[in-house]
Amino acid sequence: MKAVYIMWLREVKRFIRSKSRIMGSLGQPVLFLIALGYGLGPVFEKAGQGNYLEFIAPGIIGMSIIFTAIFNGMQVIWDRQFGFLKETMVAPVSRLSIMFGRTLGGASVASIQGLLVLAIAIVAGFRPVSWFGILPALLIMLLIALLFSALGIAVASKLKDMQGFQLIMNFLVMPLFFLSGALFPLANVPPALLWVARFDPLSYGVDALRYLLIGTGTFPLALDIGVLVGVSALFLALGSHFFSKMEV
Amino acid sequence: MANIIEVRNLTKTFGDIAAVKDVSFSVEEGGIFAFLGPNGAGKSTTIKMLTTLLRPSSGTMRIAGRDPVMDPDLVRHSFGIVFQDPSLDEDLTAVENLELHGVLYNVPRATLATRIEELLALVELSDRRNDFVRDFSGGMKRRLEIARGLLHHPKIIFLDEPTLGLDPQTRNHLWSYVQKLNANEGITVFLTTHYMEEAERIARHIAIIDNGVIVAQGTGEALRKQTGTATLEEAFLALTGSSIRDEGGSRLETMRSHHQVWSGSRR
Repeated sequence: MKAVYIMWLREVKRFIRSKSRIMGSLGQPVLFLIALGYGLGPVFEKAGQGNYLEFIAPGIIGMSIIFTAIFNGMQVIWDRQFGFLKETMVAPVSRLSIMFGRTLGGASVASIQGLLVLAIAIVAGFRPVSWFGILPALLIMLLIALLFSALGIAVASKLKDMQGFQLIMNFLVMPLFFLSGALFPLANVPPALLWVARFDPLSYGVDALRYLLIGTGTFPLALDIGVLVGVSALFLALGSHFFSKMEV
Repeated sequence: MANIIEVRNLTKTFGDIAAVKDVSFSVEEGGIFAFLGPNGAGKSTTIKMLTTLLRPSSGTMRIAGRDPVMDPDLVRHSFGIVFQDPSLDEDLTAVENLELHGVLYNVPRATLATRIEELLALVELSDRRNDFVRDFSGGMKRRLEIARGLLHHPKIIFLDEPTLGLDPQTRNHLWSYVQKLNANEGITVFLTTHYMEEAERIARHIAIIDNGVIVAQGTGEALRKQTGTATLEEAFLALTGSSIRDEGGSRLETMRSHHQVWSGSRR
């Protein structure tokens, strides 16, 4: 238990200390929010879909969480290259607790990042349907963060160095984001696209956030939460398995 | 005295390449054992197997009476290690690195703080305790790693080329410290180095490995007698030849990493 805590603390400390990293990873969501939110807003409105900024804010929160969480998980590769991974691998604690600590740390960091984006969105003009809905939305953020942290660690446990990074970026992170309905409503999209989105766990995360923050959703909230919990458990199990099998 | 490390017919293969072949040796409790060999000879692979980071293909090991394959956690409690390349978290301070280690090794809270102060004083880093490790020099990082390796009071300390890239002052300092520790605390020392004069001065028992096979072992004196040479360096060259091994070593490394990438877990 103490091992989980100290690994969690390490992730959080490293995050809080790297101001440039926090600012850097806020740049992209802010750009999306402003360029798309204001830029496509009039078109969206004319199409009778309402306020686009309101609509994509939950999607952009989801985006910043998935990016931060997966990259935090991929930190394992850096730790392998800088040698710190070995220190944790020869320690007399189960690899499971090391993996859990790292995942929770990464999830906390990604959730904080999501919260920051929410704050920026509010500054930019986003108004949640009820301020009370922010609390359950926080839990959803944590769940999304947990899911993708575990996925990041599972992937990183299988990679030897950063050469696979572009591959992960272009064939995993980007598709997960763009196909999730973070940027467009899933209602009325071509059936093939909806079908793909149904297999993207981020779809359910963004959908749940949207339900709690702006009061509309494509799937039932119970289904969203069920999928997030189930897939998180699956990725945690997978990540633990790969991580414990890793040889340095 | 009893043997604290017992290795019998240890073999590790990566694909078709045997990195370590049928290696047997033992280290007595409280001894200083030097494990020498050219680059890529199998030193680090052997250490990785002894320290539970790699599983052997065949053969048996006993570390402090336990099998690293069967009881990895018990074995992990019994040793400290200074790796060949740095393994500190550079974004944490010296004290934070030590605290993290202490928590992972379950050192009681009350003892941890005092031990950290003792060890920092010992490696002369007390005044840098709250500095980030990324600002440390190579020698300072090494010293911090040694302090960390000793934090949980291990029975054995593995030092894998601990003096690599250090100036003579730091090297001397480090070795005299290791000797003192061995004499006062009875810690068994398992070391590798490329500096033959260091090995000869420090180690009571030496094993030389080449191409994954132990080619000779005994005291420094016995090795010199066996080869009819005047220094350990000459004895080493007589036993292992004078061709350069870097090539083979790195090729083996490449093979290993490819193997790992493509087959996932290496067994």
